[in-house]
Amino acid sequence: MIQSLFYLTAAIALFSALSVICSRHAVRALLWLVLTQLAVALLFFLLGAPFAAALEVLVYAGAILVLFIFVIMMLNLGRSTLEQERQWFPLSSLFMPTLLCGVLLVELLYALDYSSGQDSQYVAPKALGISLFGPYLLVVELCSMLLLSGLIGAWHLTRPYLHPRQGANGMLPAADLRAKVQKEPWL
Amino acid sequence: MTADLLQQTIWLAAVLFAIGFIGLMVRRNMLFMLLSLELMLNAAALLFICGGAVWGQADGQVMFIIVLTVAGAEVAVGLGLLIQLQRRCKSLDIDRLSKMGETE
Repeated sequence: MIQSLFYLTAAIALFSALSVICSRHAVRALLWLVLTQLAVALLFFLLGAPFAAALEVLVYAGAILVLFIFVIMMLNLGRSTLEQERQWFPLSSLFMPTLLCGVLLVELLYALDYSSGQDSQYVAPKALGISLFGPYLLVVELCSMLLLSGLIGAWHLTRPYLHPRQGANGMLPAADLRAKVQKEPWL
Repeated sequence: MTADLLQQTIWLAAVLFAIGFIGLMVRRNMLFMLLSLELMLNAAALLFICGGAVWGQADGQVMFIIVLTVAGAEVAVGLGLLIQLQRRCKSLDIDRLSKMGETE
């Protein structure tokens, strides 16, 4: 039973991962990536890590990919119209992901039904919390530093930075850049 | 966890990682390269969870949370770079950046 569920989920994950790197439109690729991560989350559940599965859905598919969607929408602000969105994202392109997502949902219901009886390799969230705040305390602190550095990096990189003498290829002339760096070394 | 399931999970993680790697090498659009990086991180996380399930310990899930953190920081910085690339080159083609050292 677990074996067949595993095969089906693995097939969905591989198919959607291939679709991610083969699709031409960014929004469709994102849709397929969400489906890949839902499939991987179901694999986590089948492997006995339900808390990791919930985190994968909430943080990965829910937060990180929404960041991607924000950036795509931001980049297209200048020229995008409703017509272009419609052309990029016809209803027919939603069919396959929705179908596979339904398959994943049915699998999840089966797995819930099945795993209520026997939990051989189930690792409870309690054990995870205890080890996070016990032996792995330093790692948690390092993760918080990493997130802080990511925040500062993102803030610094996305500051508006326009220069009147930007060339045709969008780059600053090297001499200008050097002068600017000397004048404003914090940039 | 049976030995069969373990072997199949390892193969699945390897193939997912390979798909992400191929995407990273083949696509020249920076957005798709970031998506391929996400795929590769997912494959690594799957392997960690699998290892944790083999031993019945929580360490695999701890490593998964660390992978999640790394992915968050990487996406923030990567999307910042992407916005700068779009701003300066008016394109997401990463090969444009090879003109970086030229002076006009």
